[in-house]
Amino acid sequence: MSKSSAEQKKQTKKQGRVIPGFGLTLGITIAMLSLLILIPLASILVYAFKMSPSAFIETITSENVRWAFLTSISASLIAALINSVFGVILAWVLVRYDFFGKRILDGLIELPFCIPTAVAGITLSKLYSDKGMFGKALGVIGIKVSYTHLGIIVAMVFIGIPFVVRAIQPVLEKLDGQYEEASYILGADRKTTFFRVVLPELRPALLTGFGLSFARGIGEYGSVIYISGNSAKEHTQVVSYVIMQKLNYMDYESATSIALVMLVISFLMLLFINIVQVRQSRRTNDVA
Amino acid sequence: MEKKTRREESKAAKAILITISFLFVGLMLVVPLISILVNSLSKGFGFYLSSLGTKFVSSALKITILATAAAVLVNTLFGLVASWALTRFSFKGKQVLSTLIDIPFSISPVIAGLAYIMTFGRMGWAAPIVEGINNALGTDIQIVFAIPGVLLATIFVTFPFVSRELIPVLNAEGTDEEEAAALMGAKGFSIFKSITFPKIKWALLYGMILCFARALGEFGAVHALSKTRGKTFTLPLEIDALYLSGSADSIVASFAVSSILVIMAVIILILRNLLEHREKGKSGIV
Repeated sequence: MSKSSAEQKKQTKKQGRVIPGFGLTLGITIAMLSLLILIPLASILVYAFKMSPSAFIETITSENVRWAFLTSISASLIAALINSVFGVILAWVLVRYDFFGKRILDGLIELPFCIPTAVAGITLSKLYSDKGMFGKALGVIGIKVSYTHLGIIVAMVFIGIPFVVRAIQPVLEKLDGQYEEASYILGADRKTTFFRVVLPELRPALLTGFGLSFARGIGEYGSVIYISGNSAKEHTQVVSYVIMQKLNYMDYESATSIALVMLVISFLMLLFINIVQVRQSRRTNDVA
Repeated sequence: MEKKTRREESKAAKAILITISFLFVGLMLVVPLISILVNSLSKGFGFYLSSLGTKFVSSALKITILATAAAVLVNTLFGLVASWALTRFSFKGKQVLSTLIDIPFSISPVIAGLAYIMTFGRMGWAAPIVEGINNALGTDIQIVFAIPGVLLATIFVTFPFVSRELIPVLNAEGTDEEEAAALMGAKGFSIFKSITFPKIKWALLYGMILCFARALGEFGAVHALSKTRGKTFTLPLEIDALYLSGSADSIVASFAVSSILVIMAVIILILRNLLEHREKGKSGIV
């Protein structure tokens, strides 16, 4: 806030800034954001730029790390797809139907937000292991979940489902029923109406939910590491696990290199979600 | 005639979709929750109590409470200040600032831990500064692999929780009343206390509960910054240590410790739903 007082006055006049506390609150906001978030994250970048590019490339392209990225990205993509399907169903049921236990069902959706990830991780791992309730049942038909890629997907579905439901629900609530009505009157059946009329309206919200679920899954640590088995040979290590492993070996260069790639992916996801949301709000504003 | 078949079809669809929903939520979310409690009591109630009574657990409980309190305190303060700056005024770069605040939502918690190691750890650029302070004051403050690191990591991952809840509410309320009060000569803090605060108190409480829930269970970020069991471990780390030590007894003990966090989670869930309902009811009237 090094502006001259005359300039500041001018600005105040221009924007009608009568409410006090602008400099103070903006100052504290930027100071806290910088000290707690931005400067520590920048430290990763500073350290990364001091490394030789060849060391960076060597770490990133090592077999182990490539597999970890492939595992994390594919598992969270599949989990986000599964969550999109069930997310639409759950949101639809919660918005459109009245039935016994609706409020409890609605409340339970947020369970994964409240349960600590490590707790979710050990329970899922136990439940889907050979001796667990689900593991035993699935074992009969020859499906192994714990310590396989399937286990990683199950954990990511668990933590990602609320993101999709909560992204779609408000949009579905606001959706005007008259388009569906028109579609029925014009002779379309329920399937056509849903896929050609309702789903296009939900697309931005669905993309946001998909993106959030995917972003959460790709960086997930606590809920995944117990059920995944973390075997390098079976390619069940996720990226967060590999970073933690490198940290435990005090291999800061490798940890930083992998983290840098993860940060780039996260920023791209954040950008994607922001663009979708801006387009969505433009759309709803047009309607209103 | 045609109408009737559609209604029948729709009834069938309704039944099928509701069944799918209950099955999904039941199998994916509720069964795991119950299985924690069943596992925790699988060696009897006496064992349950004794596994909660170890000195590791009581130390972890203390650190968890400390870290959660720090996160809620710091992020509530930040949430109030940031939402005031971002909603009561318009300025250049507002959108960028608002996006930057959301960063902790989208990055892996392990990277948050790494960020503090790179700042304050042996290789970090801030390590000499901390050392300088220690030399000057004769103290022995450690950040990484010590309690301050645990607190910082917990604050990092829950950073946007309160501000995210307050910003939409304050945006929706507009600034007319605050402007009127300011023009009539009210001071900043009294404007906040008597005009702004009553509007945001439920959203504030809601945000604090979200922050509390997440801070209580944070694992990845703290895991990177805390290595000493019984000294800097939080409850989730203690659960991890018990589970990975592998004996049948310690696995049951890890579920026993988990059950405390699960009971807290269920209480938080109920509080959240009550508050959410309240919020919705209110906006419905307005």
